Amino acid sequence: MTENNELIRSSAAALAGKLAAREVSAVEVTQAHLDRIAAVDGKVHAFLHVNTDEALAVAAEVDAIRAAGGDAAGELHALAGVPIAVKDLIVTIGQPTTAGSKILEGWHSPYDATVVKRLRAAKMPILGKTNLDEFAMGSSTEHSAFGPTHNPWDLDRIPGGSGGGSAAAVAAFEAPLALGTDTGGSIRQPGAVTGTVGVKPTYGGVSRYGAIAMASSLDQIGPVSRTVLDSALLHQVIGGHDPRDSTSLQDPLEDLVAAASIGNVAGMKIGIIKELHGEGYQAGVENRFNESLELLRGAGAEIVEVSCPNFKYALGAYYLIMPSEASSNLAKFDGVRYGLRVLPEEGPMTIERVMGATRAAGFGDEVKRRIILGTYALSAGYYDAYYGSAQKVRTLIQRDFDAAFAKADVLISPTAPTTAFKLGEKLNDPLAMYLNDVATIPANMAGVPGLSLPGGLADEDGLPVGVQLLAPARQDARLYRVGAVLESLLEAQWGGPLLDRAPSLTDPALTGSALSDAAASSHGGSH
Amino acid sequence: MSDATLSFEEAMEKYDPVLGFEVHVELNTKSKMFSSAPNVFGDEPNTNVNEVDLGMPGVLPVVNKTAIESSIKIGLALNCKIAETCRFARKNYFYPDTPKNFQTSQYDEPIAYDGYLDIELSDGTIFRVEIERAHMEEDAGKLTHMGGATGRIQGADYSLVDYNRSGVPLVEIVTKPIEGAGSRAPELAKAYVAAVREIVKNLGVSDAKMERGNVRCDANVSLRPHGRERFGIRSETKNVNSLRAVEHAVRYEIQRHAAVLDSGEPIVQETRHWHEDTRTTTSGRPKSDADDYRYFPEPDLVPIVASREWVEELRATLPEPPAARRKRLQADWGYSDLEFRDVVNAGVMDEIEETIAAGATATVARKWWMGEIVGRAKNADVDPGQLGVAPATIVELNTMVEDGKINNKMATEVLDGVLAGEGTPEEIVAKRGLAVVSDDGPLLEAIDTALAAQPGVADKIRGGKLQAIGAIVGSVMKATRGQADAGRVKELILERLGVEG
Repeated sequence: MTENNELIRSSAAALAGKLAAREVSAVEVTQAHLDRIAAVDGKVHAFLHVNTDEALAVAAEVDAIRAAGGDAAGELHALAGVPIAVKDLIVTIGQPTTAGSKILEGWHSPYDATVVKRLRAAKMPILGKTNLDEFAMGSSTEHSAFGPTHNPWDLDRIPGGSGGGSAAAVAAFEAPLALGTDTGGSIRQPGAVTGTVGVKPTYGGVSRYGAIAMASSLDQIGPVSRTVLDSALLHQVIGGHDPRDSTSLQDPLEDLVAAASIGNVAGMKIGIIKELHGEGYQAGVENRFNESLELLRGAGAEIVEVSCPNFKYALGAYYLIMPSEASSNLAKFDGVRYGLRVLPEEGPMTIERVMGATRAAGFGDEVKRRIILGTYALSAGYYDAYYGSAQKVRTLIQRDFDAAFAKADVLISPTAPTTAFKLGEKLNDPLAMYLNDVATIPANMAGVPGLSLPGGLADEDGLPVGVQLLAPARQDARLYRVGAVLESLLEAQWGGPLLDRAPSLTDPALTGSALSDAAASSHGGSH
Repeated sequence: MSDATLSFEEAMEKYDPVLGFEVHVELNTKSKMFSSAPNVFGDEPNTNVNEVDLGMPGVLPVVNKTAIESSIKIGLALNCKIAETCRFARKNYFYPDTPKNFQTSQYDEPIAYDGYLDIELSDGTIFRVEIERAHMEEDAGKLTHMGGATGRIQGADYSLVDYNRSGVPLVEIVTKPIEGAGSRAPELAKAYVAAVREIVKNLGVSDAKMERGNVRCDANVSLRPHGRERFGIRSETKNVNSLRAVEHAVRYEIQRHAAVLDSGEPIVQETRHWHEDTRTTTSGRPKSDADDYRYFPEPDLVPIVASREWVEELRATLPEPPAARRKRLQADWGYSDLEFRDVVNAGVMDEIEETIAAGATATVARKWWMGEIVGRAKNADVDPGQLGVAPATIVELNTMVEDGKINNKMATEVLDGVLAGEGTPEEIVAKRGLAVVSDDGPLLEAIDTALAAQPGVADKIRGGKLQAIGAIVGSVMKATRGQADAGRVKELILERLGVEG
């Protein structure tokens, strides 16, 4: 199989330009990515489902419209024909949606998520559905019922989670763009450990309709890409008010693409969050973070320090609010109407016992752990101490942000405390796993937007480090402005995109035992 | 096995009843509480649903604005305060009639609270019932348990679920404990539910048909010895779905509680099922105040903000309150106080209004409802409105009488035919051969026979004693099996005898 390296390594913005200029057809672009998936996904396992026929049909439709010219061609969206992958937490007509869980294996949604409708309206071919931790619960994609995704930088390592599939697909050049969901860092942390860009928009900025809920008050759909501009382009497709989501903001969408093109940060105040670096952060992560600060300072930004003292309670409060909401949101998976149904092996056949047997067999350990935590936290007599107190902490975190944003236009921190760890390393230590999200969770708790972009490679292990930018609610544009400037300063230093340094996944010389093991496992019978 | 009961009189002698009601009102909005699916009763199961009502993965609720307006109107009509902001909560429990395994309901932030309703009892006494709250929630789907003896889930072979009702907007109206009703408690219970039903119907926010479950009542009853302040333990009789049943259920529970207390046993705090056939209740499930539904604020919805301007706009649209309406209707219809109170107490005011709207006069409507239908309803043990007489039927019957097609006696027979499901009045007249005999031939024959048989009576009539004509008319009616038009018979007799009428 030959690979069209130029097409698969192009940014979405570049592909859009080539398509508009008719230098390349949408079918060629889509086919190039499908070929790449066929070539490397056996090793990476970013996809749970590949949507070949529909993707090519949409691409052909775009080509036909372009060929016919006239108004219809003129009205095509800028990203028409640019393919995209969708996290398998987001429902799609015509493809299975599993949420990474056995309990939904084989289920097809009768409706499209609002963001998927918007992708279809823009005529973006959907390449398939990407792997995730079951119901988005995890930071490594190891909790997927269909096997883990592997980090394209080192196939023995985790790609982050829960959106490891979307991040790995983009990092492995299987897709130029992907959709993710971020409840406590599930877009940004995978972005950090795979050297890609991921954005969690302001809560309410993108419709949640059709994203299978984990924690309704924290969940947010957002873009995954290789460049800051590409995320802005995708954000602009999926963002904006949706009457089907009551928590969706009424505000008209800002011009995020324009913000990504401003090109300077002179005079902007950028706040380092005292509590989100230093102790507990890997040295290589800290070093790259400090270099980014120097670059921004050099570009005319004023670096200030802010303190968010209540952030130290964020993780604890998050692990009460998230499981509480999840315990209720996941109650609907009971085998009565759709998905898996398991009958009890012995004893009376009552509805409770069928529900119990179905949920016992259908949910993985991490999901059960969170359902039990949440059920307990909401119980009479505990509600005030747990859920109630956690909501108060949430208010305190919002106040910390308010105070910090009074001193700084955007805040900055490392996205994750460490680079990608080895598959299996933290699987049996939930608390260590939860600590991966210590820097990303505050944004979800306060509803503010956050962006992670590659900050370089850690000295110790040569693995990607993420830099996180945070902005006040509804000021997503600031993330794109600062992110695009930092990206260009860093790339100037590196002499090109960070992903140019990632190992080739198709060079036989580099295919070690880990690669063949990974390929074997992902072709196994378990999925 | 039925529970022991005391006579109502003895129960009242020993104990003081305290009541409480939870009345669920189904709103008649076009779409459901949180989805755009149609809110329509009685269609093929599981057709008026979309992905939201089925609790599909990924769906989100959106509040129906009309349902909020209706709820505010109900709150205002119940003299409640309207919350400036309020939220929905999730009531979590696993049961297949709720597709999400939680019900979205208001919990500690009802949209309306602290109201009252003045209830007029049959003798004109006014009794004030305090309203604690009126809150919004969504209805559950309907389960039908097949194969078991009891129709309950226990012992059923399988169960069918219809989600058409899932997500139908409900307003639950909760009273404060009602004290001091004494022996009038059953009557007050019926009058209270009737008043709520009348209000929501009058507001146009519900179809208010109890037989369809548009208005459903859970009745709480407890007893305490006279003079004691602390309430006794209550039972909650669920889904009492007619006005008569509300009265009977409260009466029964008072008698049952009294017997339990007399025996020295404690009352079990539980739900009770009402059985219309035996007019008794049976034990449901234990109900503890600490049932743990793990309520928490619904994170998928934003708070509902009812600005004062909006509330006042809605207040301005409220229709005439029922008490004022009654006053107006009595004047319009020209009924005496006694006549009107009888109509109200018989529960047929709405029916009479509809019958008049269908084209009958006030007198005719009252004659039919009070004279014919109320009695039949009592015999059939149902509310008059539920007997199955459409206003149009009454108008049709009355027109037939006025046109001389049938007489009054026949008309009541036709009514029985209608109630027996034999068809429309016209069809029944044809089927039963009830048309008035208007051909003079057979009438003259019967008159001649009657005159010949009673020559003395014929002489009296000839002599001017016209009241004697009744005997001849009676014979003729008998001979024609009542199918003659009595007026025409009279005319023909006078003609035959050459007497001026």
